[in-house]
Amino acid sequence: MMTRVLAILGLVCMSLWAGLAAAQSPLRIEIDNPNIEPLPFAVPEFIAETSGADQYAANLARVVASDLTGSGLFREIPQNAFISTLTNFDSPVQFSDWKAINAQALITGAVSTVGDGQIAVKFRVYDVFAEQELGGGLQFVGSIDGWRRMAHKVADAVYSRITGEGPYFDSRVTFVSETGPKNARQKRIGIMDYDGENTQFLTTDQSIVLAPRFSPDGNRVIYTSYETGEPQIYVLELGTVTRQRLAEQPGTMTFAPRFSPDGRSIVYSLTTGRNNDIFRMSLDGSAPQRLTNDPTIETAPSFSPDGSQIVFESDRSGTQQLYVMPAIGGEATRISFGQGRYSAPVWSPRGDLIAFTKQNRGRFHIGVMNADGSGERLLTASFLDESPTWAPNGRVLMFTRESPGEAGTSTLYSVDISGRNLRAIRPNASDPSWSPLLK
Amino acid sequence: MKTFSTIAVLSAALTLSACSGGLFDSNSRLGGTGANGVNGAGGSDISAGALAPNSVAYFDQTIGNTVLFAVDQSTLSPEARSVLTQQAAWLVANPSFTAVIEGHADEQGTRIYNLNLGSSRAAAVRDFLVSQGVSDARLQIVTYGKERPLALCSDEACYAKNRRSVTVIGAGAIS
Repeated sequence: MMTRVLAILGLVCMSLWAGLAAAQSPLRIEIDNPNIEPLPFAVPEFIAETSGADQYAANLARVVASDLTGSGLFREIPQNAFISTLTNFDSPVQFSDWKAINAQALITGAVSTVGDGQIAVKFRVYDVFAEQELGGGLQFVGSIDGWRRMAHKVADAVYSRITGEGPYFDSRVTFVSETGPKNARQKRIGIMDYDGENTQFLTTDQSIVLAPRFSPDGNRVIYTSYETGEPQIYVLELGTVTRQRLAEQPGTMTFAPRFSPDGRSIVYSLTTGRNNDIFRMSLDGSAPQRLTNDPTIETAPSFSPDGSQIVFESDRSGTQQLYVMPAIGGEATRISFGQGRYSAPVWSPRGDLIAFTKQNRGRFHIGVMNADGSGERLLTASFLDESPTWAPNGRVLMFTRESPGEAGTSTLYSVDISGRNLRAIRPNASDPSWSPLLK
Repeated sequence: MKTFSTIAVLSAALTLSACSGGLFDSNSRLGGTGANGVNGAGGSDISAGALAPNSVAYFDQTIGNTVLFAVDQSTLSPEARSVLTQQAAWLVANPSFTAVIEGHADEQGTRIYNLNLGSSRAAAVRDFLVSQGVSDARLQIVTYGKERPLALCSDEACYAKNRRSVTVIGAGAIS
């Protein structure tokens, strides 16, 4: 019954950039190019430098390759095409062997046990055709249990050096795990690596739970549970797996909470039935403040990353549309004007875009628009897509896709903000929330 | 050219954090409402004969515990008002019972929007019952949004049944 939750394992990264800033390099993916071709790379099995490290040597390379290909921006060259075999991390690279198979990037790595249940992972990235290293070597030391995280760190470094974008592979996602029939679905809050690995559960399936959201420091999850019989907000500490109810306002139901960027307050939806409005409360225990006061439905608030504004959904115009208001409440400005109904907005961690769910002509879409409402782009279309969440670098969205009918189920998908690279991440799951990059 | 400057080994302060401690309080109330609960199906025994007018089964089956709503609406139709008028009369005649009014939505719409909509529907029913003389203190509302559909297909035949409120009579009478 007690779910054992591993808290985030600390991982120490020794950055040694060796004085090389990742300055403009010939090897570069222009990520916004609409005709982007995935960049071919090779990642040989890592070299085991101590006897206990053998089992990780191949697995580390596999996770690095999976991260990079999963981004949609890279294509792996199969190992059976390799001409060179690497046996020593410090030996010179035979660039001609890698050019011959058109590997534009080469990633080499080594792993060793360093005692005390820890391993050290080091790697280098090469621009094969320029015959030079791209960025400096880097090493991570961490617990053996966290070997996947070290692989994600390696892949993040490669991704960032070649695309110029921020990293996102070393991150987690909290979500709602769903089992059972559609009319009696059982739900639990789960947490997993961004790629679907290492799942743990944070609640039992005894009560309906909805929409978990990470705190900005990644240490807490705020969510909605029916354990009192009606929807109420709880905050759960991941380190200790203890939880506390928030926003206890008698005679009301509360849901759809999100943290402010400084983690000190939350915004949420409160309903008495007669009123559906947005409230904010500080986590220091002070009284909740009402931010909207309208007879219509105001719901689904999300802070801008600078904390100054809140985007939310309202049907005050007659249909659900998106509005932006000051974070302390006040006059709201409508930002969505296209056809259909807009809901569940969420501000990008970069601040530039707002992702949303749109219903139009019986279809659901995940889309993005600029924060002023201009430049709307729909990225997906299906029977039912909803609840987008942003990767820490603001380049990728994860969302819920539900299939129709009696046997319909929910699946987590991800998609690049270009609309490319739609991928299924996890079956029987909904309401994802992407963590910040792990520390 | 290859500068792999040696690696500073930082002693890894790996904090594999402990996790024990009570996540689940066995005394806490779990789950939602009772047997009649979220599916809105009458859970009482169905005997062939006429039901006693003061029985919960009479309320659920003869009067009907469920009323339906139009797409995206929480206003009460004439049919709904007719059923709710009888529900109110039963509640007035049986003052020892309480009721939880569940508001539900079909799956067309986001989860969060539907929670709001279900709440508005339940409140519309509550307000009508109060207008017919039922004490507000005996009535509680809860929204399930689209979490607990009654009919499972994904077309209007099922959606129409899912846009509903269900008045669930409290098993324990108030004293």
